[in-house]
Amino acid sequence: MQICRVVGTVVSTQKNRKLHGAKLMLVQPLTLDGEARGVGLLAIDSVGAGVGERVLVVIEGKAAGDALGRKGTAVDAAIIGIVDTIEHDGTA
Amino acid sequence: MQLARVIGEVVASVKDVNLAAATLLVLQPLSASGEPAGRTLVALDSVGAGVGETVFFVRGREAAFPFYPAEPPTDATIVGIVDHWSTE
Amino acid sequence: MILAKIVGTVVATRKDERLVSTKLLVARPMDPRGKAEGTYLVAVDTVDAGVGETVLIVSGSSARMAAGLKDCPVDAAVVGIVDNIDVHESGT
Repeated sequence: MQICRVVGTVVSTQKNRKLHGAKLMLVQPLTLDGEARGVGLLAIDSVGAGVGERVLVVIEGKAAGDALGRKGTAVDAAIIGIVDTIEHDGTA
Repeated sequence: MQLARVIGEVVASVKDVNLAAATLLVLQPLSASGEPAGRTLVALDSVGAGVGETVFFVRGREAAFPFYPAEPPTDATIVGIVDHWSTE
Repeated sequence: MILAKIVGTVVATRKDERLVSTKLLVARPMDPRGKAEGTYLVAVDTVDAGVGETVLIVSGSSARMAAGLKDCPVDAAVVGIVDNIDVHESGT
């Protein structure tokens, strides 16, 4: 899983049938210190995250489909948790 | 699947119950010309490979298939020992 | 699987219900000689690992085959605590 910040929402009316009703968020991967790193990606939200929050993102197709609760959906990333705190020893 | 050289072993006493009987080997993936290519990884062994041998391994969900009906949580498994290979 | 050192923990109160009561660890991938490589990841703990320990992490869809994670939306799981790594040749 990766820690990301929700930086936006995406609205798409015309999309794959299995994605109807799914909430699409734009997320930016972060370093443990909260700096942006790498390119942003789209993830479906299954926990009610909002823009600005730090979230846990699973980046694997079947796991993302499980998060959405629909098997066989064409998704590859999903927000599965909202981060309260991160503790680390500074070496990552 | 990818070619790799077995460069080491890992011992882990505390592990997933479905890994209890597993042999854990450290692999260095190889390019077609036999040069090290990419990061090392740890793989399960399904063919009796040992350190120093050239092998090929499978990644992903399919890595559990050689152990069917057991389903060990592995994302890389050695599925063959290479006798020789050649490239043009 | 990859070798990694546990460098921290993540707390997320609101998360996918299948992840309630799981422990989330921040892990730094390393090579067999202990050198850090690549970027950190967050993995679900299944073997009671702690900060400072060297562990085995399984990633991708195979992570859900770890004990207790069937059908959970996860892409990385700690499945072993490493006692010893023997490297017999440089590999470089």
